[in-house]
Amino acid sequence: MRQARLHKAYVLWLSLIANPLAFAGFLVVVGLVLVATFAPLLANHDPILQDLTMALKPPSAVNWFGTDEFGRDVYSRLVYGARTTLYISVLVTVIVAPIGFAIGATAGYLGGWVDVVLMRITDIFLSFPSLVLALAFSAALGPGIENAVIAIALTVWPPIARLARAETLTFRAADFVVAAELQGAGMGRILFRHIVPLCAPSIIIRLTLNMSSVILTAAGLGFLGLGAQPPMPEWGAMAASGRQYLLDAWWLTTVPGIAILLVSLAFNLLGDGLRDIMDPRNA
Amino acid sequence: MSISQTSAIAPGRAKAALGALRKVAASFAVILTTLLGLLVITFVVGRMVPADPVIAVIGDQADHETYERVYKEMGLDQPLYVQFATYLGNVAHLDFGQSHVTKNAVSSDLARVFPATLELATLATLIGAGFGIPLGIISAVRKGTWVDHLARIVGLLGHSTPIFWLGTIVILVFYAKFGLIPGSGRLDVYNEGLVDGPTHSILVDAVLAGEWEVFGDALLHVAAPALILGYAAMAYLSRMSRSFMLEQLRQEYVLTAKAKGLGQRAIVWRHAFRNIRVQLLTIVALAYCGLLDGTVLIETVFAWPGLGQYLTSALFFADMNAVLGSVLLIGIISIAINLLSDLTYRFLDPRTR
Repeated sequence: MRQARLHKAYVLWLSLIANPLAFAGFLVVVGLVLVATFAPLLANHDPILQDLTMALKPPSAVNWFGTDEFGRDVYSRLVYGARTTLYISVLVTVIVAPIGFAIGATAGYLGGWVDVVLMRITDIFLSFPSLVLALAFSAALGPGIENAVIAIALTVWPPIARLARAETLTFRAADFVVAAELQGAGMGRILFRHIVPLCAPSIIIRLTLNMSSVILTAAGLGFLGLGAQPPMPEWGAMAASGRQYLLDAWWLTTVPGIAILLVSLAFNLLGDGLRDIMDPRNA
Repeated sequence: MSISQTSAIAPGRAKAALGALRKVAASFAVILTTLLGLLVITFVVGRMVPADPVIAVIGDQADHETYERVYKEMGLDQPLYVQFATYLGNVAHLDFGQSHVTKNAVSSDLARVFPATLELATLATLIGAGFGIPLGIISAVRKGTWVDHLARIVGLLGHSTPIFWLGTIVILVFYAKFGLIPGSGRLDVYNEGLVDGPTHSILVDAVLAGEWEVFGDALLHVAAPALILGYAAMAYLSRMSRSFMLEQLRQEYVLTAKAKGLGQRAIVWRHAFRNIRVQLLTIVALAYCGLLDGTVLIETVFAWPGLGQYLTSALFFADMNAVLGSVLLIGIISIAINLLSDLTYRFLDPRTR
């Protein structure tokens, strides 16, 4: 069993290496995790220490990406900002995956009116443009990174639930599910022991592809001042504050924007590659 | 598949029409529940606000008596379901309350700002569809060639670029450095208020009034935000139309057409494209909904006086009536667009009849 799993992981790894774009995405994502983990070692300045005598200095050997309006080092803030981005995306995923799965799988497994009600609720959330919904919720909850996570999570779960429902429906009448039912297994056991392992790959792909929209929404909220609050370094908010000094200090907006673009592109490439590996029809 | 379907439809058109009617009724029922859910969400969001709504109206200097009176006036002493019913009644009368910032009724504010957003989003959708769909189809036909790879890269970049950032960079380069585009707004100051036509879309109104100078100015103003939004839409549309087209090209009728000696152009445009027209319409509608998200950010960047900018400035001043009114309007628009595309789908695609 374990050997089979290891073998599967190895095959996946081989196909990932064979797809250069997906592998590049994978490398950037790994890089993001590393930068976030070792931020204190990589940063060469304090990310929140203000020094007004150093305000708006262009990129130099000391301040690699220049300084912002408070004299803070943009490079160091960028490095610590990786933590914020990773924090938001991991937290959203951790919240959304089990909730989306539970709702979708319950709907698909039970069917009938439960299915109708749960899917109607899902569709209501789906019918909203996601940033607008997240805006409404974070306006109500108040600005702050935790509230931004909740607001984004509220917009991300519906597609996961739809996917989990569709996957559950395909296995609903399978012999192994019926056998488990005959042995007296309850719904929770069937869903989490038998259905989860089968749905997991497609849900993971969906989550990876979603990750870029999570990051873009988080950056959008930060840009509008609803995400992480100062002085916490967040890429969207950094790009926003740079707009006031656009003409004198181009680096303030340019650098964090490129970081957002890079990470979100990496998740898209990785997700695309994973999908091509698992579902080669669209390759 | 098609044989069994035609034989099933043939005996009794009336029955089919009745079925279609029932389906339309069903989709309207779905819309109504969605709308109700939407209202529940905005109502709940309105109640979740940590700020005291009474103090927002009377200020924190008012005495206790006034507070009690306003509290009752606003119906806050009523049970929640009564408050929700009142809310439904107000919304049905297009009463979204008063904006604390502009001091106008939110509904009249929305009516004022909405045409600007409509103009921007429509133009962006046209750009996105006009470039995206051909690009997707070409890359499906030329799958695996450099065209396909280029289209994929362009599409992925469009998916991954933070739109507010792209807007800022465009302003930096094309406005600040080269002075090629105006920086913000819909018109230059001296052209403001020259046309006031029936559609409130400056482009259309200027053409109707024959004010070509105003038209040119408006076009120059809308170009950058519309192109940026259009690029985002294009990324989505090209990707989807590529996969639709690939699906068709795998079908056996394409092989048959090839076997009987039909040229590639005829196969792609006369056969395959006809089959994906309806699907394309649906995703263009979806892209339009998605653009409403983008307009919120891009309007803020380009100071475009539309719904998005109204929403973000209301957020900034914690003007909840205005926020909820805008959110509700955006939600209703996306439901309406979804309904429209659903109905066209049902009527245009013979398989769903």
